[in-house]
Amino acid sequence: MSAITLVEAVTQALAYELKHDKNVVLMGEDVGVNGGVFRATAGLQEKFGSDRVMDTPLAESMIAGVGIGMATQGMRPVCEIQFMGFIYPCVDQIINHAARLRNRTRGRLTCPMVIRAPFGGGIHAPEHHSESTEAIFAHMPGVRVVIPSSPARAYGLLLAAIRDPDPVIFLEPKRIYRLVKQEVPDDGKALPLDTCFVLREGTDITLITWGAMTHETMQVAEQLAHDGISAEVIDVATIKPLDTDSILQSVAKTGRCVIIHEAARTCGVGAEIAAQISEKALDRLHAPVLRVTGYDTVMPYYKQEDIFMPSVQRIRDSVDVALAY
Amino acid sequence: MNNNKKSVASFEIFYYEYLNEKGELIGELPGALQNNPELWQKFYRYLVLNRIYDETAIKLQRTGQLGTYPPTQGQEAIGVGMGMAMHEDDIFVPYYREPGTHLTRGVKMEELYTFWGGDERGNNFTKGTRDLPDCIPIGTQSLHGAGIAMAMKLRKEKRAVVVSIGDGGTSQGNFYEAINFAGVHQLPLIFVINNNHWAISVPTELQTHAQTFAQKGIAAGVPGEQIDGNDIFAVYHHVRQAIDAAHQGKGPYIIEAITYRMGDHTTADDASRYRPGNELDENKDKDPIKRLRTFMAAQNLWNEAKEKALYAEVKAEVDAAVQKYLSNTAAPATDIFDYMYDTWPESYHEQRDEVIAYHGGEA
Repeated sequence: MSAITLVEAVTQALAYELKHDKNVVLMGEDVGVNGGVFRATAGLQEKFGSDRVMDTPLAESMIAGVGIGMATQGMRPVCEIQFMGFIYPCVDQIINHAARLRNRTRGRLTCPMVIRAPFGGGIHAPEHHSESTEAIFAHMPGVRVVIPSSPARAYGLLLAAIRDPDPVIFLEPKRIYRLVKQEVPDDGKALPLDTCFVLREGTDITLITWGAMTHETMQVAEQLAHDGISAEVIDVATIKPLDTDSILQSVAKTGRCVIIHEAARTCGVGAEIAAQISEKALDRLHAPVLRVTGYDTVMPYYKQEDIFMPSVQRIRDSVDVALAY
Repeated sequence: MNNNKKSVASFEIFYYEYLNEKGELIGELPGALQNNPELWQKFYRYLVLNRIYDETAIKLQRTGQLGTYPPTQGQEAIGVGMGMAMHEDDIFVPYYREPGTHLTRGVKMEELYTFWGGDERGNNFTKGTRDLPDCIPIGTQSLHGAGIAMAMKLRKEKRAVVVSIGDGGTSQGNFYEAINFAGVHQLPLIFVINNNHWAISVPTELQTHAQTFAQKGIAAGVPGEQIDGNDIFAVYHHVRQAIDAAHQGKGPYIIEAITYRMGDHTTADDASRYRPGNELDENKDKDPIKRLRTFMAAQNLWNEAKEKALYAEVKAEVDAAVQKYLSNTAAPATDIFDYMYDTWPESYHEQRDEVIAYHGGEA
């Protein structure tokens, strides 16, 4: 077994489900012959045919709406939106239909669909190709929002997302699509949704993050270890619904917490996590919960995107504030 | 002669009617409609049922027993004709003014009242069909229809989808996206555009400069036609014809059915604010129910006694549905959580527990 990248793990999971569940179909722009602009569906149309891996007309709302229609009849569409910056036409379909279908029919119809989209900055992409707006979806009752941060978690969580009986927004951190390689057995084993992953155990401070930011956060944890400070790193993975228990357990142990996300600060998922901690673990805190995030600005064009992105230095500085409090 | 140009595309839209507003046949009835008094009377019964259901809904709303409700008066022939033209395993994807289709397809009347009475259980059609419930966000259902038709095509099923949409709905991007997708994949998908001349207060000339709504499909390679939507024979025949063609793999089709919304947009609207003076009166003469009755009376199939008996029977049926609706037991408070996901997420349990503390229910 050779080591694979995160994006290859996505392909591996898609291929596994296409092979094992005849109701699974992939649709999106350029997912067919071209294999996706990030190669996430490379080779799949050749292997499974154009009825299972479909190039669609260039209309994102259509991709979501058609997927919903298919899902109402028991199919399991996996829709690719080429970049998160183009997902907004789908928001109507997701909020008004995908998220509500089970509830408004009292379970008569359901919507087992996945919408995949690469997201986040740091690859020097053109305008509209670098945003992190996961909080928009996390706010919507009725969907799940899942973000992997490693090849193994991309494989296991995507399998879980496709098998989940409800709609899942599956956001892929494209900056780390090819950053690391890992051996990922193609055993069809899903990882649990609605569950945080502890990437590193520690006792002095809890660092909570997801997606590409796990990379910088782990670097900070390494630095801290050198300085004799034991940091626990939590990859939230499913940002909706939040695994609040795991977060609270960690914060109760360490008494200090820094939340790191690439998305803009106001009403970001970090705000929800901080609120949960303040409601349920205030008496365990030795310091205020701090956030290191993108700013409340439009995502800058790539020459200035580094200013926006939380850096190792910015994370470390906030950790030092929390530790010194 | 100009050699620099040549015609590369052209189109024509045909209009069809069989039973005019005076209740007279124009030419011969097509296909299965010919010499089929049993079918004509079935149409008539459902039209009357739809109208009394509708009048009753308005009364229930006015007396505080139903929520805001969109009346269907005047356009019953589209809903009923479309529903009766469909085969049982076709799928209906409605907008929100087609109770006639739901009723002909076996949705219980009390379920329709339950939906408009602010209770999600009304959409849990106990008949167990996979028809979609009414769709309120305008035009968005078009894409669901396309997706369902795609599922049928992928599964190689001989079935079709009928999407209903209003004239205003065809201004939505989702409508164009759906017909475009349906054209590309030659899906078994029929759009019935219910052109009732008004989108709340906005008239058709402010929706489009196109001569017809039927031609909106042309740009997507989807053929279409226009019919008299108050002529149930036209609705039934043309929708059935389009469905049967779709079953044979002939692809999508658009039928613009011309009717007139005799009522307000909803019970929260007052059409007298925007409807020109005598427009309503002019359209009353085109009533789909009246013209079918006139036709059947001329054939000696209908008379005053039959009319009275039918109204009594239908009123009793509607009353029984109202009684069932009004005697719905209250839904458990925890229902607001229990259908959000297959399993209510662990981390949200305290919200559900809070509702139990305030309103009762099972943990």
